[in-house]
Amino acid sequence: MIRTVVRELPRAAAYLLSGVLVGAPLLVALLVLGILGLALAPILVGLPLLAVAVLSGIPVGALERRRLALTRTPPPPDPHATPAEPGLAAWARLRLTERATWRELAYTVLLAFALWPLDVIVLFVALVVPGAMIAAPVQLATTSSASGDARIVKLWLIDSYGQALLCTAAGVALLLALLWPLVRYARVRAVLARLLLAPGEAEAERRLGEVTRSRARLVAAFEAERRRIERDLHDGAQQRLVSLSMTLGLARLDAPPHLADRLAAAHREADQVLGELRELIHGIHPQVLVDYGLPDALADAADRSVVPVELDVDLPRFAESVEAAAYFAVREALANIGRHSGARRAWIAGRYTGGRLRVEVRDDGTGGADPARGTGLTGLADRLAVLDGTLSVHSPAGGPTVLSLEIPCPQR
Amino acid sequence: MPAALKIVLAEDSVLLREGLVGVLTRFGHEVVAAVGDADALITAVSSYAPDLVVTDVRMPPGLTDEGLRAALELRAANPALPVLVLSQYVQRAYAADLLDTGDGTGVGYLLKDRIGQVEQFAEAVERVAAGGTVVDPEVVRQLLRRRRDPLAALTPREREVLALVAEGKSNGAVARELVVTEAAVGKHIGNILGKLDLPPAEDTHRRVLAVLAYLRA
Repeated sequence: MIRTVVRELPRAAAYLLSGVLVGAPLLVALLVLGILGLALAPILVGLPLLAVAVLSGIPVGALERRRLALTRTPPPPDPHATPAEPGLAAWARLRLTERATWRELAYTVLLAFALWPLDVIVLFVALVVPGAMIAAPVQLATTSSASGDARIVKLWLIDSYGQALLCTAAGVALLLALLWPLVRYARVRAVLARLLLAPGEAEAERRLGEVTRSRARLVAAFEAERRRIERDLHDGAQQRLVSLSMTLGLARLDAPPHLADRLAAAHREADQVLGELRELIHGIHPQVLVDYGLPDALADAADRSVVPVELDVDLPRFAESVEAAAYFAVREALANIGRHSGARRAWIAGRYTGGRLRVEVRDDGTGGADPARGTGLTGLADRLAVLDGTLSVHSPAGGPTVLSLEIPCPQR
Repeated sequence: MPAALKIVLAEDSVLLREGLVGVLTRFGHEVVAAVGDADALITAVSSYAPDLVVTDVRMPPGLTDEGLRAALELRAANPALPVLVLSQYVQRAYAADLLDTGDGTGVGYLLKDRIGQVEQFAEAVERVAAGGTVVDPEVVRQLLRRRRDPLAALTPREREVLALVAEGKSNGAVARELVVTEAAVGKHIGNILGKLDLPPAEDTHRRVLAVLAYLRA
């Protein structure tokens, strides 16, 4: 226990002391705001002041949460939601409807009117009084020249060094006796602050929902960016290259033989670049997915697979995000099969039953695939998770590997 | 030189449109209308009654497959209208949709990259206008990598012949390519039609059906 006290004492004292430094000015500010606000309310000028007073809990809460770090516990997260739209009005509207705001206000009022005075008393009794008692001989030495006696904390009058030393001994005893209560008080004080300032269960859940939504937004933004890049390449570089190839083709027709050879070389080069660009664009986002949906896009992926693929897919159209997530998962699976599995055949099956899209990719390879190792599959699993979907890979050593994905979704 | 064709061209990129007009004119054809979107294409076809329509797949306003849809619409209204579709993508779904129109003759599906090979492109234009069927070699090549029913029954040589037929080549052209006699090609094609279970009917039609089976495999 002694060790705990020694370890915690500086932090506890710092926590309480800094509480005083926050609380005292806060009291003044609240009184000024409250009185001015109430006095000016009849002529409406006071209303904003009152609003500021009500919302004052928010910065105080933020500060107090940080101050909790002094007690060697992690500061609680911000319980507030992020406003859906920018602007002060939207912000204030949201804050005034949040329970956290009112809890913070309660804490602020409590801090200003009760907690910090209590902190002062505790600090005074537990540290200042024993401190003064211990310093009794010093006080006697500095003041005795004038009056010959000294009053310790305005209570005890001492006039001899014997009394002073006795006072010191009592002071030490008192200090030792009060250190533990001081530490306990600081702990209770921190628990109370945490109770009022940390997010409640509903707020924690709401935060989780917010995180999920923002992840979905990120994925959607990523998808839109993909589409934009695809379109830019298609409308820009690709068209120009085709045009260049056309010009070269026409030039070759009319060129004298010695030039025709060089033009032919340039032409071949241009066509190669075109081919590479075409594949690149296809990899970014295949147009067939947009135009024809999953079955044809999967057939196309199967066409491109190194390992022969049998396709058994019977699916309606889904939302773009669903189709894209499923398509890219299958393509990654086919790429992995081609690279690592040693498989000779692969099968893709896709069905839509009970409001769930299920796609399975199976191969007859050696197995032993570990989804934790490949970042590709992890990324795809994340992408499916955004849609509440799941991705599972079953790949015992010796094979076969089965990758299956499931997304709950309505059909388009 | 074959007879000059009256062509309606649809392509949204001005650069390519001008280029295509240049190439087609260079080979003695007349581009009677060059338009930039699908609606204008349909209007132009009804007012010019062209010998051939050349259209891009991706066109305004949606920039998806408007051009192809317009082509399908035109073919539905007039199955005998030759249509050559230019695509930026190797996609058999597009080609299969196109071949499903009419009896599958007088249609072509070519990669845009192919325009640069101006002579082959001009040849494809003439072949489609004459009622032939042209599928881009790249699409064909991709399909060749797959080994699936009903094509599993075909020998490698027969598959090779079918691939060339899908590209729109005549028996003579196939024979030259494979360095065999035309009679041998005819025999191969007979076997292919038999194996794909296509009963004897009018010859060109069965060829298209074989190509379709090939595309759908």
